[in-house]
Amino acid sequence: MNAIDVHGLVKRFGDKTVVDHVTMSVAEGEIVGFLGPNGSGKTTTIRIMCGLLTPDEGEGTVLGFNIRTDSLRIKREVGYMTQKFSFYEDLTIGENLEFVARLYRLKPVEEHVASTLEDLGLTSRRNQLAGTLSGGWKQRLALAACIMHKPKLLLLDEPTAGVDPKARREFWDEIHRLASGGLTVLVSTHYMDEAERCHRISYISYGKMLATGTVAEVVRNAGLTTFVLQGPRLDQVAEALQGRPGVDQVAPFGATLHVVGSDKKKLEAALADVEKEHKGVKVSPGETSLEDVFIQFMSGSKDNMA
Amino acid sequence: MNSVFSFARLGALLIKEFIQMRRDRITFAMMLGVPLIQLVLFGYAINNDPKSLPAALVATSNDPYTRAIVAALQTTGYYRFDHVAQSAAEAEFLISRGDVAFVVTIPADFARRVESGNNPQILIEADATDPAVASGAISTLGTVASQALLRAQGTQEAAAEAAKGQLDVVVHRRYNPEGISQYNIVPGLLGVILQMTMVMMTSIALTRETERGTMENLLAMPSSPLEIMMGKVLPYLAVGGVQVVVVLAAAKLLFAIPFTGSMSLLLTAVLIFVLALVLLGYTISTIARTQMQALQLTFFFFLPSIMLSGFMFPYRGMPDWAQAFGEIFPLTHFLRITRAVMLKGAELPAVAGEIGWLVVFVALFAGVALVRFRRTLD
Ligand SMILES: Nc1ncnc2c1ncn2[C@@H]1O[C@H](COP(=O)(O)OP(=O)(O)O)[C@@H](O)[C@H]1O
Ligand SMILES: [Mg+2]
Repeated sequence: MNAIDVHGLVKRFGDKTVVDHVTMSVAEGEIVGFLGPNGSGKTTTIRIMCGLLTPDEGEGTVLGFNIRTDSLRIKREVGYMTQKFSFYEDLTIGENLEFVARLYRLKPVEEHVASTLEDLGLTSRRNQLAGTLSGGWKQRLALAACIMHKPKLLLLDEPTAGVDPKARREFWDEIHRLASGGLTVLVSTHYMDEAERCHRISYISYGKMLATGTVAEVVRNAGLTTFVLQGPRLDQVAEALQGRPGVDQVAPFGATLHVVGSDKKKLEAALADVEKEHKGVKVSPGETSLEDVFIQFMSGSKDNMA
Repeated sequence: MNSVFSFARLGALLIKEFIQMRRDRITFAMMLGVPLIQLVLFGYAINNDPKSLPAALVATSNDPYTRAIVAALQTTGYYRFDHVAQSAAEAEFLISRGDVAFVVTIPADFARRVESGNNPQILIEADATDPAVASGAISTLGTVASQALLRAQGTQEAAAEAAKGQLDVVVHRRYNPEGISQYNIVPGLLGVILQMTMVMMTSIALTRETERGTMENLLAMPSSPLEIMMGKVLPYLAVGGVQVVVVLAAAKLLFAIPFTGSMSLLLTAVLIFVLALVLLGYTISTIARTQMQALQLTFFFFLPSIMLSGFMFPYRGMPDWAQAFGEIFPLTHFLRITRAVMLKGAELPAVAGEIGWLVVFVALFAGVALVRFRRTLD
């Protein structure tokens, strides 16, 4: 049984279709990254999965429970970490955890709270008001609170936005530790390095699911060709390349220039021209990165934010 | 596992709410301090037994009887004769301008009528625009004047017996014929103050969670609508209970309001009233999307309930449709109960109907709130 199995989910706000026939399945124990630009419907999809929003169309199960009829059961078994910190800022860390422990009827409360604090290294900050914590600590508290009841599925909505790299690294180590214990994780993110740490990724853009698979699969299926250019005056080269047929992306990376296109023949032709015009420029084949793929997706999909 | 109600989950919500209440010092102080301040302020300011009110005397003769009556009226403390009008027209002008609250007219033939035993009359005109102003002064009037007259006649060695009971005090309550009873105001204030604080506090209970973003988390965790409602409502019921005790104690100590009836009956009725109020506030918070909307809805409810409940204007003085409309406010029924129990010593059978009304409100508001409660963020 898959931890998440939803198909054809549609959610409209007014006449705007925010989630447009999204189908997704996540196997047990998997860590799946949920990617997509802002406003593409990630949060909305996650909310539908944990019963906080009712889909206009579509069906599905989460942990085997129907998302339309069994949302109360789902809530008990799922840990949902909201995008915005949504614990009580006027309660201390300890009080927030006690609140959660009591709501999930974890007994004895004190033992659960103490061990959670211990695990996250928050014991010394137990009596600090949650509102006074820094971003990184708030994330850790939120994660701690939503895994306290030992959920089978974690839904994490941009858990590391605005968190420093070290804290992000620790956060992901924790996620992997939890997943190895059998927990399933669906995590939305903007960070490419985080996507690379997922078993699989799903890319959603303006409500539509555009790609699903391992990072390698997604990159391969995108069918992009990448070349790396080296040499003098790359800024002029970049300018010359912009807008040529076959050239979709031109991006400087340090002392090199990455040029990406979906039509290999046209791209090669364009590069051959540029090589002739600019003496000393050396063109070599490059690796297409996940980021290149996403930027390709983003420029390709039409904006329905308006 | 019961998904509709669990004491453990309710406990979690209650503890959380009490901690938040304690941390929010200003609101907490407001909930306990403001009622007291309001009671003292309004209780003293709205004095329904005012003394030393300006009065005008229209007396053309200067006989001993007239002097005796004027002296006696002054001794009651209610009247302060600082105007002596030469004519009825002048007195009329004074009272219509509000310079005086009373005009006491002792006719020129008063002495003659007293002596001949021919139905002596004095006329008191009271400015009853605010009915409370006149009631104390008027209620003491008859006896005071009669006694003064008898004493005066005694010194004149006239036939006191003949005149006994013959003095005719004619009272004209001007501008508002219906007066309200003396201790109306404090029980009424209790109701209004409770209504103000309780409805307002609970009306933002859910919108505050929504605006702070904590609602999403609360809904994502396993708490049922009933638990969330009780978790919000019970802490405020407790605060209301404390408020009631404070206000009643102050009413007793500061205003010597008589508590004729059963205290337990009164407290029971007050608690049901408070429960109806917090549920009303909670219902508002299930309807309003923002705290601003919640406060607007509260005030939208607040003003007519003060106007039509009998707090501001005598209930019986209102037209029938307004009286019928007044029935839909818990405050109306609460006022009837408190006045009956506190002042008239009414027992349960006499107020059971009104208490029944309050129970209906409790059930109605709770029902609407549970139906209106949104389990999702849709
Ligand atoms: N309650 C709502 N009412 C109306 N529009 C909404 C609501 N929630 C989200 N949206 C819109 O739906 C779109 C997708 O939002 P969201 O799911 O939050 O995207 P993401 O999480 O991928 O950034 C956005 O355009 C947002 O403005
Ligand atoms: Mg989002």
